[in-house]
Amino acid sequence: MNWVNIVLQGILLGGLYALFALGLALVFGVMRLVNLAHGDLGILAGFIALALVQSAHLPLVWSSIITIVLMFGIGYVLQRGLLNFTLGTDDTRPIVVTFGLSIIIQNGLLVAFSADSRGLDAGALENASIRISNQIAVGWYPLLVFVVAIVSIATVQLFLNQTKLGKAFRATSDDREAAELVGIDNRHIYALAMAVALVTVAIGGIALAIRTTFDPSTGPFNLIFAFEAVIMGGMGSLWGTLLGGVVLGVSQVVGAQAFGTGWGILCGHAVFLLVLALRPSGFFARTVTA
Amino acid sequence: MSERATLGGGGHIAAGGGLTVPGFRVARSRRLHLYVLIVSVIVVAVLASVPMWAQVGTSRTMITLFGLVALAQMWNLLGGYAGLISVGQQAFIGIGAYGLWFLADRLNIHPFVAVIGAAALAALIALPIAPLLFRLRGGYFAIGTWVFAEIMRIIVSNIQATGGGSGTTIMSAAGIPFETRIPGTYWIGLTVAVGSILIVYFLLRSKVGLGLTAIRDDDLAAQSSGVNIFRSKLIVFVVAAFGCGAMGAVVSLNLLFIQPSASFSINWTAFAIFMVVIGGFGSIEGPLIGAVIFFALQQSLSQHGSTYMLLLGAIAVVMATKAPRGIWGWVVQRWDLHLFPVRRGLVIEAPPERAEPAPPESASA
Amino acid sequence: MQRRGAGLLHGGHAGVSILELQDVDVFYGDFQALFSISFSVEEGQTFAVIGANGAGKSTMLKTIAGVLRPRSGRVLFEGESIDHVSAHKRVGMGISMVPEGRRVFPSLTVHENLQIGAYGGRTGDWDVASVYELFPLLKPLAKRQSASLSGGEQQALAIGRALMSNPRLVLLDEVSLGLAPVVIKRIYEAMEALPARGTTILVVEQDVQHVLTVADRVACFLEGRISLEGAPRELSSDDITAAYFGM
Repeated sequence: MNWVNIVLQGILLGGLYALFALGLALVFGVMRLVNLAHGDLGILAGFIALALVQSAHLPLVWSSIITIVLMFGIGYVLQRGLLNFTLGTDDTRPIVVTFGLSIIIQNGLLVAFSADSRGLDAGALENASIRISNQIAVGWYPLLVFVVAIVSIATVQLFLNQTKLGKAFRATSDDREAAELVGIDNRHIYALAMAVALVTVAIGGIALAIRTTFDPSTGPFNLIFAFEAVIMGGMGSLWGTLLGGVVLGVSQVVGAQAFGTGWGILCGHAVFLLVLALRPSGFFARTVTA
Repeated sequence: MSERATLGGGGHIAAGGGLTVPGFRVARSRRLHLYVLIVSVIVVAVLASVPMWAQVGTSRTMITLFGLVALAQMWNLLGGYAGLISVGQQAFIGIGAYGLWFLADRLNIHPFVAVIGAAALAALIALPIAPLLFRLRGGYFAIGTWVFAEIMRIIVSNIQATGGGSGTTIMSAAGIPFETRIPGTYWIGLTVAVGSILIVYFLLRSKVGLGLTAIRDDDLAAQSSGVNIFRSKLIVFVVAAFGCGAMGAVVSLNLLFIQPSASFSINWTAFAIFMVVIGGFGSIEGPLIGAVIFFALQQSLSQHGSTYMLLLGAIAVVMATKAPRGIWGWVVQRWDLHLFPVRRGLVIEAPPERAEPAPPESASA
Repeated sequence: MQRRGAGLLHGGHAGVSILELQDVDVFYGDFQALFSISFSVEEGQTFAVIGANGAGKSTMLKTIAGVLRPRSGRVLFEGESIDHVSAHKRVGMGISMVPEGRRVFPSLTVHENLQIGAYGGRTGDWDVASVYELFPLLKPLAKRQSASLSGGEQQALAIGRALMSNPRLVLLDEVSLGLAPVVIKRIYEAMEALPARGTTILVVEQDVQHVLTVADRVACFLEGRISLEGAPRELSSDDITAAYFGM
């Protein structure tokens, strides 16, 4: 098997992981919240898109757009209505509540959709590949997802750096009380941050649903991969999540090729632990608190 | 348990100028605790007698309760006392299960004895993992424990010898005639449950315990007071691993069949969180109450599968937001009742008559 | 030294003070920090609050800014109670606080800090250019991350940021703390420029001598109560010392 192809596959897989990691990193950056239901929310988006396609018979593009808009709303309400009340000095409450949320979403999906594996059908797009040379080809779809990941990260970064609202995000993240003193309503800012995060995770969820099969219990895996990407990339860095995702993807794919399919994911975990042991602040750790 | 631990300035401190400062004593127990001790001993004795007069099914069901009690205590030790919220304790439960299988089936150690060995194995594995995980904080620490559980699950699933993903039976235990096996497993289970309470109790009364409360309240202040945070957290993490390992071994002994998806299931964490959230964080009484309530719920509702779990999750979320102190927390707030004497109180002695003013040259501090 | 009368500048209501506290009690949990505080500030005044550490001065400012809420009593802004108004909305009403410890946004540049100061959305004379005029030392630092600034630079930035919301009432909390005399002098010069625009200043200070040179009125806090109030020129330094230390 051509190792260049393998590594390329891993890199592109990293794009998908980065999409999941982006929202997790954003929410943690703005409000120090680690959302244990993050992966499940991505899967929820996948199921919503699926339902729209299958029951409402909408074309994939439209159902994706509607799903993404819906997830924005869900994120805003979720944060404003529930999660804002868990924020504070106590670490336990957000973890317990988001974990409970994870259980609720998973079991709710089980009740609504059953445990069967599903997939979103994107037609010819899924299997087409681009020939780069005699030995090397990349899948059209994974490449597309990778590009979407880059665009998403760039958009969010641009938003944070250049727009008034984005600067409000950063100010709130720096000092919540001082932000109040310049007129920023942090309940609203937090809700917007979660809404944006759910938009990105919805994109990730839909991308995943097209690429592979999924079921109600897939959520936690995505959470773990997103988390590993964030930690390896370095807290506070959005581009870092791309690098972290790529390292994870490559480790998994190479591991699966070298040791067998069952061991691929374990290789990813092993690399994660290695990075945690040797360089705990990640590749792109920022010294100024974000 | 009703002894008094005394510490501090007994008697009276005479200061220069004729003032006396009342002496003080640091004491832990009161008469209530003596009563609690007596009642507890009676309860345990009654429980111990169960296999002799009850049906086999009852004994086996009670073992699940014992497992839950131990799990709740261990999770609360980590989360409620040390501030380490773990969503990965199932790693050690699974290690306990498969450790038991390995020691009993492969090394031919008697299954009843192997329970301790399995617990020790869990503790041993926890030792090098802890420093790694401690580099993560808060929610990220939680996910880190989950990653560790996943790693354990994948490893065990991939090893053919353990039966892989389909699981295996603990043959050596199955070989024990059930007149011996059921009571034996039952008493081991009871020991694990009572032991988990005792371990937490004695740990909290020790120096480590005092440090833990300080750490939970204020990390930095605790450190500057000389509390070795890392050591305290490590001890707690290893003890919790031991307890969960023991519990996993006992539960497996009861079921006789182990499977990665069950032994390493995230549902254990869901149960633990539910028990502690309902019962109350940061006390011994809380998780105990939570375990009993959860056990009752499980016995009556668990056949409803996903809807039941959904309900659990919803209750946990609502309680964590609206009543974060749990049932026991409410009791404490209402009646300031503490059944287990782990806290220290300051007892002020009444000052005597004013002493004669001391001559200036010999004024004592 | 400049003295201004309390004027009816910029549309204040005749006879109504811009700020009034009526019997305000503030608690931190079970601990009472303010006991029945009552006083009023006229528009355009520079009102100084002095007192020892822990006397309740910062608590009082935070209550006016909306960060803390009184357990009883009322805070009136332009005659209307603002007790139900959240802190971030008070900025839009014209109240702006420079908090204790400066608290600039460390990951934002100087320029961005000023920009975000205008988030509250009030229009007026203050903008980035006029802040740079007031504090020329900030202009060359525009692109610098504010975390890397010195104490004095951060203080200037914090004041500038507060001004960006075009406030009617500026609350200054211990702005000279830990700063070199030269910097303090610069800050006080800036402070003196404000009343000319009709801005009311409520300033909490440890540096008694300095603040009395710019204040129209002074109140002294002692253990959560006002021990003395009056115009500086009418109070002797013995009066003030006695009120400060509670003798």
